[in-house]
Amino acid sequence: MIKVEKLVKNYGTHRALRGVSFEVGQGEIVGFLGPNGAGKTTTMKILTCYLPADSGTAMVAGYDVAQSPVEIRRRIGYLSEGAPLYVEMGTIDFLRFVGGMRGLKGEKLNKQIKTVVERCGLEKAAGKLIGELSKGYRQRVGLAQALIHEPDILILDEPTTGLDPNQIQEIRSLIKEIGKEKTVILSTHILTEVTATCDRAIIINEGKVVAQGTPQELMERGSGKMNVIASVRGNHDLISESLRGIDGVSSVEIVSPAEDGVARYRLTSKEHLPLAERVFHVIADNGWALSELRQETVTLEDVFAELTK
Amino acid sequence: MSNIYRVFAREVRGYVSSPSSYIFLLLFLVIGSSLMLFLNRFFAFGAAQLDGFFVYVPWLFMFFIPAIGMRLWAEEKKTGTIELLMTLPVRDIEIVLGKYIGALALVLVALLLTFPLPWMVSSLADPKTPFDWGPIYCAYLASFLLGALILAVSAWVSSMTENQIIAFILACSLTFALYLIGFPAIVSMLPEWLGNLTSKLSPYQHFSSLYQGVIEAVDVVYFVGAIGLFLYLNTRTIESRRWA
Repeated sequence: MIKVEKLVKNYGTHRALRGVSFEVGQGEIVGFLGPNGAGKTTTMKILTCYLPADSGTAMVAGYDVAQSPVEIRRRIGYLSEGAPLYVEMGTIDFLRFVGGMRGLKGEKLNKQIKTVVERCGLEKAAGKLIGELSKGYRQRVGLAQALIHEPDILILDEPTTGLDPNQIQEIRSLIKEIGKEKTVILSTHILTEVTATCDRAIIINEGKVVAQGTPQELMERGSGKMNVIASVRGNHDLISESLRGIDGVSSVEIVSPAEDGVARYRLTSKEHLPLAERVFHVIADNGWALSELRQETVTLEDVFAELTK
Repeated sequence: MSNIYRVFAREVRGYVSSPSSYIFLLLFLVIGSSLMLFLNRFFAFGAAQLDGFFVYVPWLFMFFIPAIGMRLWAEEKKTGTIELLMTLPVRDIEIVLGKYIGALALVLVALLLTFPLPWMVSSLADPKTPFDWGPIYCAYLASFLLGALILAVSAWVSSMTENQIIAFILACSLTFALYLIGFPAIVSMLPEWLGNLTSKLSPYQHFSSLYQGVIEAVDVVYFVGAIGLFLYLNTRTIESRRWA
């Protein structure tokens, strides 16, 4: 559906993109992940034919962004960063304007307006000016205008920024719902967003793609070490000593110091070895009381920090 | 065509719902008629003529039209809605024209609202010498064309910045510069060939000959051509996205 090869874009002397390449298949929900200024927005602006690339190619739905921008725009729904809208317009008026500009008219236009209002939960906002709406509602109006012409591809630049936790949940489930039929690209610097909504993540840093894969794959990349956390009651010098003696443990540290005699230890494994069982046996054999034992999961945050260092 | 109309209709609805357009119209009328009635000492002359009003039109327009044009693009860029607009599947020229014609409608309304002035003057005229409406219509045509040109200049300037104040100041200055090169006092200081050229390029001369009641094709062609040129520049600036 989308194929990007070696995109380069400079703003004056600032090199925003330095050879970005990736592909997005039909029906995928892909998250662009990266710190601020990594090049996520620039990539999206090139895909929507808003900005031309300096070099490289981008094909969207079989069309080249440099050759047929109007054809591509027809097939794309775009929500740009911060959902800029005409605040002086009424919600329905605005949707009517965008729908009209996208070639919908008459009965078809009315039907589509009704559909997106329902889908984005805009019933309460229908009679109001956009300027009177809350941030969450504006974001939904932005989504509604991006969906009005039933595009095959949806490009959403930071769709949940500035929303409260409930609104974030709502927008996410809406995106997931939409993603069942359509190709969705969304950008974010919130990692849980990717885990929560995306099939695949593309991590961009300093104008380059540094990693891509499913959230699971990415986390596995970062989980070379399988850490174990254990909370044990007893003399912690003695306990540390025994834990260190377990085969496969490279180091032991006390994460939280003794409270009522219980201390929490983190064991780092040498290889990709599950340590929990061995830890259990050592502690049981010594007759210590174990109150917590778990495998520490590597979060996308860790992977991200690692990759964008 | 229908896209131009949609952009136009959106702009017009914006003007209708915005208090600033009413304030604009009010100020234009109040200042315009005061200039005519008092500065030009309409009552002292005792003659039923309207020259006084139209003499001030270029100066009135030099400030009022950039005030309309300054927001056309600068505001869209400031708020980011330009991205929404320019990612719609329409050609840039359609959006440029739609916005321009929308603002031009406001200029037209401002001009039409001054119509009670000639009407009042005609009713003061001596019934034995009927009031001649011909020059009045000519003057209105001249004013409309001049306004349309300054609006095209202002729209182009607005497309180069996201700051409305800068757009306003630049548009006023550019308009003033265009007037200057047509002033007899300035032209007479230049070598003859240059003076001839600059006065033909200046809207001031074309406006003057039109409003004096002579409709000549060359003057109308000048205005239409100049408007086309600035709208073309406007489209190119928007296309280039150099400001993005």
